[in-house]
Amino acid sequence: MKYVDEYRDARVVQRLARDLAQACTRPWKIMEVCGGQTHAIVKFGITELLPAGIELIHGPGCPVCVTPLAMIDKAAIIAARPEVIFCSFGDMLRVPGSAGDLLTIKANGGDVRMVYSPLDAVNIARANPDREVVFFAVGFETTAPANAMAVYQASRLGLGNFSLLVAQVMVPPALKALLVSPERRIQGLLAAGHVCTVMGYREYEPLARDCHVPIVVTGFEPVDIMQGIYLCVRQLEEGRAEVENQYTRSVRREGNPAARKLMGDVFTVTTQQWRGIGEIPASGLRLRDAYAAYDAERRFGLGAYRAEESSLCRSGLVLQGAIRPVECACFGNGCTPEKPLGAPMVSSEGACAAYYLYRRG
Amino acid sequence: MCLGIPGKILSLSEGDPLCPAKVNFGGITKEISLAFVPEARCGDYVIVHAGFALTVLDEGEALETLDYLRQMGEANGGSGE
Repeated sequence: MKYVDEYRDARVVQRLARDLAQACTRPWKIMEVCGGQTHAIVKFGITELLPAGIELIHGPGCPVCVTPLAMIDKAAIIAARPEVIFCSFGDMLRVPGSAGDLLTIKANGGDVRMVYSPLDAVNIARANPDREVVFFAVGFETTAPANAMAVYQASRLGLGNFSLLVAQVMVPPALKALLVSPERRIQGLLAAGHVCTVMGYREYEPLARDCHVPIVVTGFEPVDIMQGIYLCVRQLEEGRAEVENQYTRSVRREGNPAARKLMGDVFTVTTQQWRGIGEIPASGLRLRDAYAAYDAERRFGLGAYRAEESSLCRSGLVLQGAIRPVECACFGNGCTPEKPLGAPMVSSEGACAAYYLYRRG
Repeated sequence: MCLGIPGKILSLSEGDPLCPAKVNFGGITKEISLAFVPEARCGDYVIVHAGFALTVLDEGEALETLDYLRQMGEANGGSGE
């Protein structure tokens, strides 16, 4: 397949590995932000090809993992209602809430449906005018335009039985929180290629400058990731801290203007709770007042719901790159993809699941 | 979750604000909205996420990257074994 095979060429990856080894004179710690990149790195064995001094720190870029427990509980509460058809991406169905996951609700008779696109949920609402259809709008900037379009369409079609349970998060404020932390370990960053496909990378320029950190917008195939690491190390070795774009075939500096426009029309920025990390100012999205009628929390009166996290799961430290999954005592020992204690063991982008599936060491 | 898959536009339809198009992903064809990529044409490759094309892949940029990588290998005497 074009745009895939040429970026999985082992010879090019090995060549980049050699160039990287030549360019690298000191140890460096680089964070890949996106969980999709974490999975590619572990799956394709990229860490094995790196010079000994390069450490990859896995970032918080897994929306499933950072969705607060209270939000998972709200989803379960809504999904259990007899009049509701609850629609979600598959990733969210097995994330443990305080009293089980969405699949448990389904097993107990709840109408929980896995969909590919939020537009599928809009179509379900059209086909079922006597039911309440709720879509679990979890995601980063990559997913926000699709969710915005679902609400926009519902409003255009006058669908009174459709709403969104919104848990949208934004990457740059979370990166800033990690970069200004006194425990900062990160020296370079690989920014998430698809988040930047939507948003562009202007927001990252002040971050690179003010926090003195090279940021390389990077794609998802092995060649992309190796080249992203190489460009990042070259900047570190030369003492530069700029934004570079490795993923030029997909990412433009301004992002996607049509997608950003609709996102801005439907959503507005808000303070957001990140599971395992805490509250980060201006790091989330909520529906604008003009679309408040489509807010599921409001519709089902759940705005004030709170929940307590389990003390066993150390996913907060994993998400901040402070520990590796295998350093958690529960890893593979009470916490597995079949019976997860925390979201990073469930999600197809979670660091714990990546380590469990592809390696143990 | 931010998984984006490249696919090739096989056909598109006019008139619908969601701009539905048939997109082929290495053999599997799905209906995808081109609402966010009004510049897309039949035969273009797009990155698709959650039912929406987010960008038209830039062939010129892609070739430039691959050429650069090739030259880098040659400059360092790598035979690419």
